[in-house]
Amino acid sequence: MTPITTPEIAVRASGVEKVYVSGDTNVVALRGADLEVHCGEVVILAGPSGCGKTSFISIIAGLLARDGGKLEVMGEDPQALSTEARTAWRLRTVGFVFQQFNLIPTLSIAENAAIPLILQGMDRRSACVKARELLNQVGLGGREQSSPVRLSGGQQQRVAIARALVNSPKILVCDEPTSALDGATGLRVMELVAQVGRMPGRAVIVVSHDDRIYHLADRIIHMDDGRIDRIETPASLRNVHA
Amino acid sequence: MPIFALKMLFGDSARFYGMLLGLAFSTLLISQQASIFVGLMSRTFGFVTDTPQPDLWIVDPAQRFLDDNKPLRSTAVQRVRSIEGIEWAVPLFKGLLVVNLPDGKRQMSQVIGIDDASLIAGPPFMLEGALTDLRKPDAIIVDERASRREFKMNTPPEGGEPRPLRVGDTLELNDRRAEVVGICKATQTFQSQPVIYTTYSRATQYAPMERRMVTMVLAGLAPGVDEAQIIKSIADRTGLSAFNGEEFADKTVGYWMRETGIPINFGTAIVLGFFVGVAVAGQMFYNFVLDNLKYFGAMKAMGASRKTLLGMVFLQASTIAVLGFGLGIGMTSAFGLTVPGERLAFRMTWHIPLIAAGAVIIICTASAAIGMWRVLRLDPADVFKG
Repeated sequence: MTPITTPEIAVRASGVEKVYVSGDTNVVALRGADLEVHCGEVVILAGPSGCGKTSFISIIAGLLARDGGKLEVMGEDPQALSTEARTAWRLRTVGFVFQQFNLIPTLSIAENAAIPLILQGMDRRSACVKARELLNQVGLGGREQSSPVRLSGGQQQRVAIARALVNSPKILVCDEPTSALDGATGLRVMELVAQVGRMPGRAVIVVSHDDRIYHLADRIIHMDDGRIDRIETPASLRNVHA
Repeated sequence: MPIFALKMLFGDSARFYGMLLGLAFSTLLISQQASIFVGLMSRTFGFVTDTPQPDLWIVDPAQRFLDDNKPLRSTAVQRVRSIEGIEWAVPLFKGLLVVNLPDGKRQMSQVIGIDDASLIAGPPFMLEGALTDLRKPDAIIVDERASRREFKMNTPPEGGEPRPLRVGDTLELNDRRAEVVGICKATQTFQSQPVIYTTYSRATQYAPMERRMVTMVLAGLAPGVDEAQIIKSIADRTGLSAFNGEEFADKTVGYWMRETGIPINFGTAIVLGFFVGVAVAGQMFYNFVLDNLKYFGAMKAMGASRKTLLGMVFLQASTIAVLGFGLGIGMTSAFGLTVPGERLAFRMTWHIPLIAAGAVIIICTASAAIGMWRVLRLDPADVFKG
């Protein structure tokens, strides 16, 4: 089968549906969401709580099964893969940055950042060397042996970004990366995310309520009630505020 | 990931030491109580293990255990000897008699009268004197523990400081003179009475006169004969019951197990030890997995396979199991080596560490299995839910 995406399109979602069944109640999270994300693009998914943002990125990242619609991420439909194949696909294709960082406190930050490489089968020493390079790039050089608990929130999120990028994934999925950070730190973290997202062959999808970072995205996709409500650009947002 | 799994385990030091001590104390309780139980039970048949010479122990059919004396007629010895396949048979006297010490103290003691001619069933180890010294007039051999404790001479005839009973001292058994000719080492009895060896004929003189004085008959089999056949012949022709040493010990232990509350008391302590392990270590390990669930979830989202994650939990559980068991069994061994055997029955057979290890494996497997189940059920999408 020929992929419907071109090399320039990282994600193509069309009519994606998701329904959660809880006892006799069906909760519709996505009612036919459509989205195209290009390589080198940084998009922010915004919208009120419960609008389906988290479900949408979970489906895109291959963490959640959809109930309808079509999806291709870097030319592959993650749902068409077996559980094991999808796990391996996630490992090589998707990098994750979580709201709560999820850094293991008993490991050094270099070891935390090295986890995806070790999961890919690289030996611990080589993985840590590579992780140190990434930590240097995110401004944490010289602190590789520190415990995450000794770092500030912003620094911890930088470690999480290094971890997400260490195995060069094509898609970076960030869930509220700035919500646990103060405004200035959040901005610096988002600048870093935007910088890496614009590298060739890579795309970034960020879920965020934080409108202070919207200007760093190429597009802001507003969701409401399980659908894409509207799409804005930083320029159009500036015009509205002007 | 194995090193990371271990770093996760050791890094949470409060919980790690909690789990370690929980498992160690559980192992200690299980193995220490089991060892004391086995030690106590071993004392109930200590005389049997101290006496390896006879192939058969022949007693009244109504006798329920070693010390449940049902004396036999003196003709029992000749009747057993007359059975084909019996190479030798000797009488044995075994009874509790009062011993008068030189300082006026009276002490109930177990007196064992062994065959005058062969001296079969004598003490297992002689520390002073020789077994053949029993052939001297009024000779007795006293066990070393009693010589230091119950028979300790607080006012020695020669004066001076209190001292242990020693060769050359005299005692009185039933108003008859007895001279210590040897000091032996014998397994302590269940009731911890002093043990005195003498000849059968002398023992029957010390004991109050009864119509039946033979406590049991000890017999040796001719080479190549069928033991079961001989036991049946003894039953058919004499009406007596015959057991080999192992059977007689089992019969004795069986009586104590069935008829006394000892197994329940020790069993309760052992079960409590198991539940201490479940409550402390099992619960803590489960909480450890729960606390790390978000990290397992993040790794699962990043692409860690089920095998990798389960391997990490298994490694953590088995590491804590090995360390906790090792520490616990080490503490039990130290306890056994430190506490004098005469004060506390302690016997750690090879089964006991296996039982304790089994209990630790059950505790860790159960808690790890529940933890693994939580990891398997973990929806990687949950990591986006905070």
